[in-house]
Amino acid sequence: MLKINNLHVKLEEEDKQILKGLSLEVPAGEVHAIMGPNGSGKSTLSYVLSGRDGYEVTDGEATLDGESLLDMEPEERAAAGLFLAFQYPVEIPGVGNMTFLRTAVNAQRKARGEEELSSGEFLKVVRAKAAELQISPEMLKRPVNVGFSGGEKKRNEILQMAMLEPRMCIMDETDSGLDVDAMRLVSEGVNALRSPDRSFLVITHYQRLLNHIQPDVVHIMSNGRIIKSGGPDLALEVEENGYGDLLAEAG
Amino acid sequence: MSDTAVKTKVQQTPQVSGAPKAADALEARLAALDLPRGAFASARGAALTRLRDMGLPGPRDEYWRYTDPRPFNTPEPKPLTVEAALESPLFTGRDKLTLVFVDGVFDAEASDDLSLEGVEIATLAGAGAGHWAADLFGTLETAGQSPVKRPFAALNTAAAQDGLLIRVTGKPSKPVHVLHRRRAADADAMWHHVIRVETGAELTLLESGMVGARSNGVIEVDLAPGAKLHHVAAKRAVDPRVGLSHVFARVAEGATLKSFTLSVNGHHMRNEAVIDMDGDDAVAHVAAAVLGDGDVGPFHHDDTVFITHGAERGESRQVFKKVLKNGATGVFQGKILVKPGAQKTDGYQISQALLLDEASQFLAKPELEIYADDVKCSHGSTTGAIDEDALFYLRSRGVPRERAIVFLVLSFLADALEEVEDESLRDEINERLDAWLTTRPQI
Repeated sequence: MLKINNLHVKLEEEDKQILKGLSLEVPAGEVHAIMGPNGSGKSTLSYVLSGRDGYEVTDGEATLDGESLLDMEPEERAAAGLFLAFQYPVEIPGVGNMTFLRTAVNAQRKARGEEELSSGEFLKVVRAKAAELQISPEMLKRPVNVGFSGGEKKRNEILQMAMLEPRMCIMDETDSGLDVDAMRLVSEGVNALRSPDRSFLVITHYQRLLNHIQPDVVHIMSNGRIIKSGGPDLALEVEENGYGDLLAEAG
Repeated sequence: MSDTAVKTKVQQTPQVSGAPKAADALEARLAALDLPRGAFASARGAALTRLRDMGLPGPRDEYWRYTDPRPFNTPEPKPLTVEAALESPLFTGRDKLTLVFVDGVFDAEASDDLSLEGVEIATLAGAGAGHWAADLFGTLETAGQSPVKRPFAALNTAAAQDGLLIRVTGKPSKPVHVLHRRRAADADAMWHHVIRVETGAELTLLESGMVGARSNGVIEVDLAPGAKLHHVAAKRAVDPRVGLSHVFARVAEGATLKSFTLSVNGHHMRNEAVIDMDGDDAVAHVAAAVLGDGDVGPFHHDDTVFITHGAERGESRQVFKKVLKNGATGVFQGKILVKPGAQKTDGYQISQALLLDEASQFLAKPELEIYADDVKCSHGSTTGAIDEDALFYLRSRGVPRERAIVFLVLSFLADALEEVEDESLRDEINERLDAWLTTRPQI
């Protein structure tokens, strides 16, 4: 599903190389985790894949179902099935959560040549999915993320994911700022979305999240590259010993 | 909000009277007008004397530093060349008393019947001797001439052809809606409303529609103790018109004034609000949302506000937001004056511009002048571009760029719209804004 090959990325504004030949493949239906020390380029990877400004791809490619992502606008990537759950979801005062969600869902449907959802249909679906994530109708009416707690913001991200039904979900440190109960709720939301034709790339600092969302593959990222890949045990190893040995091993 | 006590020097307006050229310009301006007589002849005569004393403003006048007064000074307005586009009216689907003004003159035939329980309505042109408004007409305008001169308001008192005289004694069941229409391409519309809200009474006043090539509107608002006025104006111009408005208000003990103005396009506009909070526990909120696109025509929009706290525990808010594009210019001059003894004043002022390109500009002059030692006053002014993080967030969800920008513009204006108390009115304005922004991406 997602294929990244020899990706080189630098900051647009300064001469700083962040990704230095990163290659990665996430087949359909799999959950891959990326772990790595601060500054290794994990968040940059998520931003470059979803099309944020400020980065320059100097070499390599990234494709979703064989289509090159890097030439698309962010909204085109979304319509193609890519979703990024933000580490810091943005607050947008004055724009209702429901209005925003409905606009996003219908814009994607329109871009794919599908029929738009009527407000009745939309309401029915969003209420059911919100209830599963314990998002109150009152929260749905509030402006996007305004006055939401850290946990509420992350649950709202998962609600968006559930409504948009992307094929490739990237989660950027979704566990940061979550208490135990919120982490369980968010993880249940994600697990409910797991399916044979949907894949996940979970970026995290801690093994903890991976107890809830069990990965098929764990990648260790350092200095702009994947330095080691393995099964779920690799995350446990990092938790126990830190990154020191792995970094030394990779030279 | 932090407590501040800032004293700034009072800006003295340079006097332009005495210069023969300026006096000639004023006489030429007056000669082009048909000065009305009638019930308020003495107030009108006094206004003319006042105007001749102060003269028309010149380009070096401090108070007109950011806005060229000349389009308001010329004897004749520049006629409009563009036909007004048809547009569905605002404030539909609600029960209201609609009063139609054509080129600034009341049109009885097009208007609803003037009777509404709890309100007495008469027209300025039709008012006879001994009318209750005779004691008020021009007095708040006169009071508002100090410390800053406002010659065009005096001109209006002297020369306004028509207007409404509204006395509110109860809580009417529906709002009064002033609907402006234009007929002549070269109309120099001038109207003057006087609104007196008696003790404990309440009124919602709506204004909408399009006026002529040049307009000059004055509203004098006198709020008795505990009275409330909720004023919501939505102005949209699709042509290069020139407009000026003044609201003069006196807010008595425990009374509340809330005024919101939406302006979309135009050419050369200035809205002034002069509010005197002379009773304890008075509340005054003035807010505006402005959308300006220099591509539709040269765009210049000036909001000038002067709020005086003269009594204790007054609460004032100024919330001014401007979205500017394609070389549009926005101006904000806002002042909070806290007089000696006006303790426990709570004054707030924010003026912000969202610049959608580098060709547009925002000029702000926020001022606080405080002579009491136990007050809370704050002010802020910002100029910024679209928030790239928010834009990316919306686009990453599949919202196309143009639509995402509409969302962010509405988001930027939200604080000003919050000042529209009635939720259904607020929603209607928001929906209309959304439609304008969506159907005309260039605003």
